[in-house]
Amino acid sequence: MTPRRRINWMELTGGLMVAGLIAVALLAPLLAPHDPTRAVAPTYGNPGPPSAAFPLGTDELGRDVLSRIIYGARISLTVGIAAVLVTLAIGVTIGLGAGFFGGATDFLLMRFTDVMLTLPGLLLAMALVTVLGPSLLTILIVIGLVSWTQIARVVRAESLTLSQRDFVIAARALGAPPRHLIVRHLLPNVMPIIVVMAALGTSGTLLLDAGLSFLGLGVPPPAPSWGRMIEEATIYFRTAPWLATFPGLAIFYAVLGFNLLGYGYLRRRGR
Amino acid sequence: MLVYLARRIVFGAVVLLGTSLITFFIAFVIPADPAVAMAGAKADPQTLATIRHELGLDQPLYVQYGRYLDRALHGDLGRSYIRRQSVTALIASRFPATAILALSAMVVSLILGVIMGAIAAVWHDRPIDHVLLLLSLALVSMPVFWLGTMLLIAGGLYLRDFPLGGFDGARSLVLPTITLALGSAGYYSRILHTNLVDALGQDYVRTARGKGLSPARTTFKHAMANALLPLVTLAGLDLAGLLSGVVLTETVFDWPGIGRLAAEAIFNLDVPLIMGTVLFAAFLIVAANLAVDLLYLWLDPRIRLEQAP
Repeated sequence: MTPRRRINWMELTGGLMVAGLIAVALLAPLLAPHDPTRAVAPTYGNPGPPSAAFPLGTDELGRDVLSRIIYGARISLTVGIAAVLVTLAIGVTIGLGAGFFGGATDFLLMRFTDVMLTLPGLLLAMALVTVLGPSLLTILIVIGLVSWTQIARVVRAESLTLSQRDFVIAARALGAPPRHLIVRHLLPNVMPIIVVMAALGTSGTLLLDAGLSFLGLGVPPPAPSWGRMIEEATIYFRTAPWLATFPGLAIFYAVLGFNLLGYGYLRRRGR
Repeated sequence: MLVYLARRIVFGAVVLLGTSLITFFIAFVIPADPAVAMAGAKADPQTLATIRHELGLDQPLYVQYGRYLDRALHGDLGRSYIRRQSVTALIASRFPATAILALSAMVVSLILGVIMGAIAAVWHDRPIDHVLLLLSLALVSMPVFWLGTMLLIAGGLYLRDFPLGGFDGARSLVLPTITLALGSAGYYSRILHTNLVDALGQDYVRTARGKGLSPARTTFKHAMANALLPLVTLAGLDLAGLLSGVVLTETVFDWPGIGRLAAEAIFNLDVPLIMGTVLFAAFLIVAANLAVDLLYLWLDPRIRLEQAP
């Protein structure tokens, strides 16, 4: 379980990228040159190209794209991280349950996981968000409901091997109740893999949230969400390509940061 | 071998049954009243009651589910509320466009992924490996719909030979295929890299080298054969992810496939069409996984020769 080598360039780069993103989200009011929801350029109806005053241009309502992207970091990070927590809560519970109890519990939980794996996640999420109505809470729950399968499988596999280890068998022989075994012996040992899955999961939830926003099912306006900025920009793709380009780069940056962090750790452990 | 096959088929059937339960549950939760959707908001209660009776909506839930399942097994997925056409016919008319797009994307992503992964594994931990690693992660991290939009912009400005939307001949396939394929290519290259590095360290590779075979021969004949196997499984499983990408790609490129049909159905709360498309997608994924299992029989002698337990 112990990492074999020191932190590699992937983890370092990913970590710095994520730290930068968090800093931008926290310091948004200080960093953003303009109010993201107000018209600041006199270009009503027509998007304005990047200029000295507005480095990333303005949108069709005269709002500053740079400020909207900076504030968008708040929405995206909140949704990405909170949705991963929901995903982890479901996935870790199911994975630990299946791996620890084994037998019929394991069989039923894993067949349920298989069913969920055959459903296209985005379609299911779209249907659920439409039914429940788009709001921050709905989106967090829906993303959690469609993305826990991977985590459940990994955690199950880990806890299955752990349950056979001597220290768990010894604790069980000494009469430790299941709750104690799971919380004290299994959970701390599956923690490293959970952290990795959290990093990789965040890149997944960020992309899913962006996709939903692009389809008009994200966090409702006027909050600036990167995915919806691209959706709103598609009709201007010929006349104002910068409108779709920059929010996409922001999503790309955020997802890449979390992916580097997760895959870097996996590589260090030789997986 | 027969036991293996039978087990896979039963498993697929169970998964589909579970999926049908989930789609039925979603349809039940959707607040849209099908009777109102069909007759219009101004219909009188008498008409609504008649329609509900005709649709069997006044029956207990398990009866409704039983009927739904029975009809689905006979290929009848009901009628779209909005389009007033049979769901099966709608899916059948849209399926070819999606199948062509998904297949061409899968072929392109596998070829790209295998080439990238093989190069990275052969030069493991050399600069080229790290460059390819970064490239593959970059591909995985790109939002599909953004990549599609960027290609549209590039297409509008520079690549005037490629149509910017719709399904019209081979040329129109190029941009959507690239959009859909690049993400999976990055993913496959990571998997192949891991498997190949692993295989190259195995005893049988060392034996092959020891008896004087060339590095190229051991890499591509001995190690690659084993590294490619898990990729086949993943490509089958990844169909679920590919179909999610299909929804976005088809939306960006105005592609007349099932993804857009499903998206429309969801926005219109067209319950039978939602259930139909989700169930059909699940059916495709189960069928693909079954095909992968069959392929394994041919690819992996260990399963063929396995004794029935």
